[in-house]
Parts: sequence; structure tokens; C-alpha cells
Amino acid sequence: MPRILSATLWTGVGAAALFALYTLAVARGESVNALWLVTAAICIYLIGFRFYATFIAKRVLRIDPTRPTPAHRLNDGLDYVPTNKYVLFGHHFAAIAGAGPLVGPVLAAQMGYLPGALWLVIGVVFAGAVQDFLVLFISTRRDGRSLGDLIKTEMGRTAGLVAMIGILAIMVVLIAVLGLVVIKALADSPWGTFTVFATLPIALSMGVFGRFLRPGRIGEMSIIGFVLLISSIALGRVVSENPTLAPLFTFRGESLALVLIGYGFIASVLPVWLLLAPRDYLATFLKIGTIVSLALGVFVVWPELKMPGVTRFIDGTGPVFAGSLFPFLFITIACGAISGFHALVASGTTPKMIDNERQIPFIGYGAMLMESFVAIMALIAATALEPGVYFAMNSAPAIIGSTPEAAAQAISGWGFAISAQDLRDIAQGVGEKTVLSRTGGAPTLAVGMAHILASAVGGAGARAFWYHFAILFEALFILTTIDAGTRVARFMIQDLVGNFFPAFRKPGAMLPTLAATGLAVTGWGWFLYQGVVDPLGGINTLWPLFGVANLMLAAIALTLCSVVLFRMKRERYAFVAVLPGAWLYLCTLTAGLEKIFASDPRIGFLAHARRFGDALARDELLAPAKTMLDMRRILFNDYIDATLATVLIALVVTMGAFGLRAIRAALRSEVATTKETPHGLPELRPAEA
Amino acid sequence: MDCPNCVPPRLDLSRLAARLREGANLMVGQPDYDVYARHRQTRHAGEPIMTREEFFLERQARRYGEGGGARVFRCC
Repeated sequence: MPRILSATLWTGVGAAALFALYTLAVARGESVNALWLVTAAICIYLIGFRFYATFIAKRVLRIDPTRPTPAHRLNDGLDYVPTNKYVLFGHHFAAIAGAGPLVGPVLAAQMGYLPGALWLVIGVVFAGAVQDFLVLFISTRRDGRSLGDLIKTEMGRTAGLVAMIGILAIMVVLIAVLGLVVIKALADSPWGTFTVFATLPIALSMGVFGRFLRPGRIGEMSIIGFVLLISSIALGRVVSENPTLAPLFTFRGESLALVLIGYGFIASVLPVWLLLAPRDYLATFLKIGTIVSLALGVFVVWPELKMPGVTRFIDGTGPVFAGSLFPFLFITIACGAISGFHALVASGTTPKMIDNERQIPFIGYGAMLMESFVAIMALIAATALEPGVYFAMNSAPAIIGSTPEAAAQAISGWGFAISAQDLRDIAQGVGEKTVLSRTGGAPTLAVGMAHILASAVGGAGARAFWYHFAILFEALFILTTIDAGTRVARFMIQDLVGNFFPAFRKPGAMLPTLAATGLAVTGWGWFLYQGVVDPLGGINTLWPLFGVANLMLAAIALTLCSVVLFRMKRERYAFVAVLPGAWLYLCTLTAGLEKIFASDPRIGFLAHARRFGDALARDELLAPAKTMLDMRRILFNDYIDATLATVLIALVVTMGAFGLRAIRAALRSEVATTKETPHGLPELRPAEA
Repeated sequence: MDCPNCVPPRLDLSRLAARLREGANLMVGQPDYDVYARHRQTRHAGEPIMTREEFFLERQARRYGEGGGARVFRCC
């Protein structure tokens, strides 16, 4: 393209971004169209990709298109395969996108759409996409090795071990939180519960079909599964309206938690082809389909954002999550702007399939931009709802009461006018008894999606269907994550313990498998149950712990990236990793310390423990405890939470110290000390059979 | 695969469909069997090649962690 044309084009994109941002920022007191948010986001992504990603590729990393990638050097037709860049983009995006970016922004919407939207687009351009890109590059230059391995070779064995414990701790918190999201969506909802239970026989029959009848026919299998799934949504309505069947599928949160824990144990020791694989196929395709339809819905309907740009809750008094804008907005969004988990994916299967180094920016940086856009759409779905509805769905009964009248009064008192009848109508419109206190993000997203999609297809009558479709999609996805995650945690425990008792590592051994699975399930099950019985809804306590954990993993990954840049002797450019990394250390350490020590019992675990401890000393009961035993358990849980936060802080501080040590050593060295696989000398491994 | 000497791509629907199928399969951890088979024929002539079904089962088992470390885990 001629220079002048390109310059004009990019000036236009920049002007569009600025104009859209300006429109968003000045629209105080009146609703603004989602068009402006979408325009601002897309233009900023384009600019970020065209300029910043190119800068990192050319100047910082000096990507070398002549260098053979692992896919070529180690080509085995299985793991290491040179792959078309668009196909690989799809693979990578499907591997990084999960439930996180859909839930975090919904919770963050309590502060208005502006803070969340700004962090999503700016954060992704300077932090999230950079992390994914750098880790993918580093791993590609080192035979596609994993994050733990990379930390071990570039920063030392101990650092590698610490990182591995960190990853495990994060995984446990993560599974518990995702489980809690599902339970919050299914409690007292026979329709939702029926459809989610129905996914089990559906997946099992797909598994048998794909194993014995038509081996390997993923397409056929998924279509059958999809048809059955949609029928189960239709059937769910019948069940929920039937007076004898409905009670069979109506559960309280506590019972669902126990069911989920039992399920998690069994599902993760079953053969993968029977349950996990077929459900993974369904969940993956459904997820891509849902994201595409949400995008189409937004692009057809162009909803108005009814939430104010900035609400009064930036001061930290909001009902959805406790804590002020800094650091808790960044912690709450958790995934859409930067996610430590992507460092695991970017050092997993993707680097083994890169055809040429010059495709790394498109795949690493580009796929993360796309994930941020998914998060923006979730934010749109949540803020397109009436704010009164949003707060009714996301506040705990302890705050807004448990009747529509009480809730309407409380929420109108905050300045978000809503009537009890409105709340009843919303619930009826989506086919539920109530929408009050359906915390956890997923139901809010489902109602928001139902409104957008029903405006596009089917009208108001289709709302109930779309609502349950959205719930089912989230639940299916999360259940897959729970049993895949339990499996991963089990392997990691076996590996960790195997460092000391090698017999524990033996694949297929019955006792270690059961013991490690039991340990993993107990770990997340404990947090999950505690979250379910929490009077403030659990999400309040657990989501920030998850956010802290995920961002700490990102901080660890960016530490590795910084170390590698220094060891490459590119210290001039190390800021691309050091600055976002430092920001994450600041956010996560502040949040972690506040979670432990804040004097507000809604934020600080110790303050909460003190409140219950004092009451216990006076022989007094505090809600939700019904017995003294409950009181003691709440106290104990607070101490466990505080301990977990302390462990996370200790892990990330240790990694930071290892990072600084490695950087100092790299600065002292005259030459590059990084451990890449040499350019010209492919380390040829015997190809796997 | 990218190749510098190829003619510029035309809108070829059957090729697009094949790419989409390849992409969908890879999203759930199934690489292309034909690529695998060709690789084995050219680079490991005379050595055994898994059948399509064996290949599917082997890849499926690997994706969820058999033979060292589960590799699929998503959250966000």
C-alpha cells in the first residue's frame, strides 16, 4: 500500500477511536449506544496490533522468518506439525477463551461500563496480548517447552518448583470459583438443573457413539449432541412446569455443591472418551457458536448501555464485590485484559505448530485481542440491562432482602429506580421463579444475552429459551473445565509428590491416582462449599482470590519474559514486559494484603474473623450461622482464606526475587545468556512413534 | 502451508470448507490425519503408520493427559 494511503487510513482509525472514546466519556446521565464502545475497542485493537505488536516483533524480539520453528525441526505429524496460521489462530483462541472473560466484566459492571471497558482495551494492548505474544515466542524458540520448564531453565530449579506450586494453588481456587458460578446459576432452578443434568447422558451416548459406532466422527457426534442439547432445553421447560417433576430437579446450593464434588471425583477418573472428550467437543463448538451469535446479536441490535459510565460504587461500597477501584477493578476483571492462564496455553500446544516465526504476533497477540473483545461484549450484555435489574441479580440477600419488594426498595434507594413488578416480570420473562441474588455473573450475562438475542431472533417469547441456552452453555463449559482441571491438578500433584516418592508418579497406578484425585477434589471442594454457605454469596470472597491468583500467574509469566529479554541483552526494550509486570505486582500485592488486613470485614479476612471471634466470645450468633458450630467454622474458614492469600503473596514475592536476581546476573554478563535452541543446529529428537 | 510462489488465493469454497473443518478439529485437539500419514510415508518410510481410528484415539488420549501431563485446561 502506498505510504500516504496507509498514513491516512491509520489516522482515520485513530480519529475514530478518539471520537468514540470521547462520546463514551462525555455521555453522563444519558444512555449511550454500544456502537461507541465497540468502535473504540476495535480501533484501539487495530492500532495496538499494527503498531505495538509490530514494534515488539521487529525491534524487541527481532523475529527471524528464516529460523526453522519446532514444528519443522521436530515435525512428527502429531504434536509438532506446521499449521496454517488461520487454523492455528482458531486452535489457540479456542484454547484461551473460557468462562472467565464472560464473568469478570459482568461483575466489574457495578462500577459502570467505563472503568471496565478502559482496562479491557488498554490492558490487553499493553499487558495481556504482550504476555501471550512473548510467552509464545519464548516457547517457540525453545522447542515448545512449558512455562514451568522455561522458568526452570531461565531462572533455576527452585524458581521452577515455586512456579509449579503456584500454578497448582491457582488451579484449585479457580475450579472452586467456576463451580460456584454454576451452582449460583442452578440453585432453585429446575429448568436449568434439568438441562445441565441432561448433558451427562447426552455426553455419555456421544462418547459411546464416537468410540464404537463411528470412531473419530467428531462432526456427526457433535451434531447429534447439539440436537439433543437443544431438545433438553425445550424439555426443561416442561419439567419446570410439571408439579411432580419440578421438585426432583430443585436443589439448594449446598446439595448441588455436594453433587458437584462427587461428580468431579468420578468424572476425572473415568476414561476420557466416555465423558470428558465428547463434552469438550460440545462445549468448544457451543462456545465458539455462542460468541459468534452474541457478536451478531450486538451488531444487529446495537443495544443502549443503560448503566451509567461510572457509578458511585467506585468508592468500594458496591454490593457485587467489595473494595475500591484500585486494585479491585483489575482483580475482578481477572481475565479479559490479561490472564496468567494464557501463559500455560502459549507454552503448550500452540508453539509446536507455528509454521513461521513471523506468524507469532498474529496468533499470540491477535487471539488475545479477540478474547478482550469477547469480554467487551459480556460487558455490553450486562450494562444493557436496567441497572436496577443488574443490582437485584448480583447483590446477596443479606444486602437486598429476599422479596422483590424489599429488593426494589433497597436498590431504588441507591438511585437505580426499579419496581417490584419489574423484577417479577424479568423473572417470568426468562422462565424463572426469581432473579434475585443470582450472583456469579453467569445468570446476569444470560439475561443480558437473552435480551439481545431475543431482540434479534424470536422476540420476547424467546427470552426464556435464550436465557436457558446461555446458562447451559456456561454450565457445560465450566463442568468440562472442572473435570479437565481436576485431572490436570491430579497430574501435577502426582508429579510434585513424585519428586520425593517416585512411585507416586507411575502412570496408571490405582492408589496414587485415587489419592491425588481425592486431594485435588478436596482442595477445590472445600473452597466451593465454603463459598456456597457464605452469607455474602461466596462470589464476594472467592472471585477476588481467583482474580489475584490468575493475575499473579501473569505476573510470574511476565517476570520470565523480562528475565529472558535481559538475558537476550535487549534490556533497552525490556520495558514491554517489565512495566505490565510491575503493574500486576502492584495490583495483586495490594489486593492480597487488603484481603488479609483490611479493617472492613467485607474485604479483610482477619477483620471478618475478628467480628465472628468477638461474637463467639460473647456467645452471640451472627447471620448466617445458626449454631455455635457454624460460627466456629466461619472463623476457621477466614483463617484458611487468610493463609491462602498469604501463600499466594509469598509465592509471587519469591518469584519476583528470583526474577531480580536473574536480571542482575544478566546485566553483569557481557554476552547474551539466554538458552534458546540454536538457529542452525536443530536438536533432532527421534520422532515419536 | 504458506508458500511464496503460490498464485494469489481465489475464493475457493471447497478449500475454505476443508480449512474450516481442519480448524474445528484442531480446536478439539485432533490434528490432520492426512498430514500425519504423509509425514510418516515420506520421513519414516517402512515404519508403521497408525490407522485413522488409532490416530484419533491416540490424539484423544494425549489431549486429556495420558502419557504425561494433561494438556487441555481452560478458564479464561
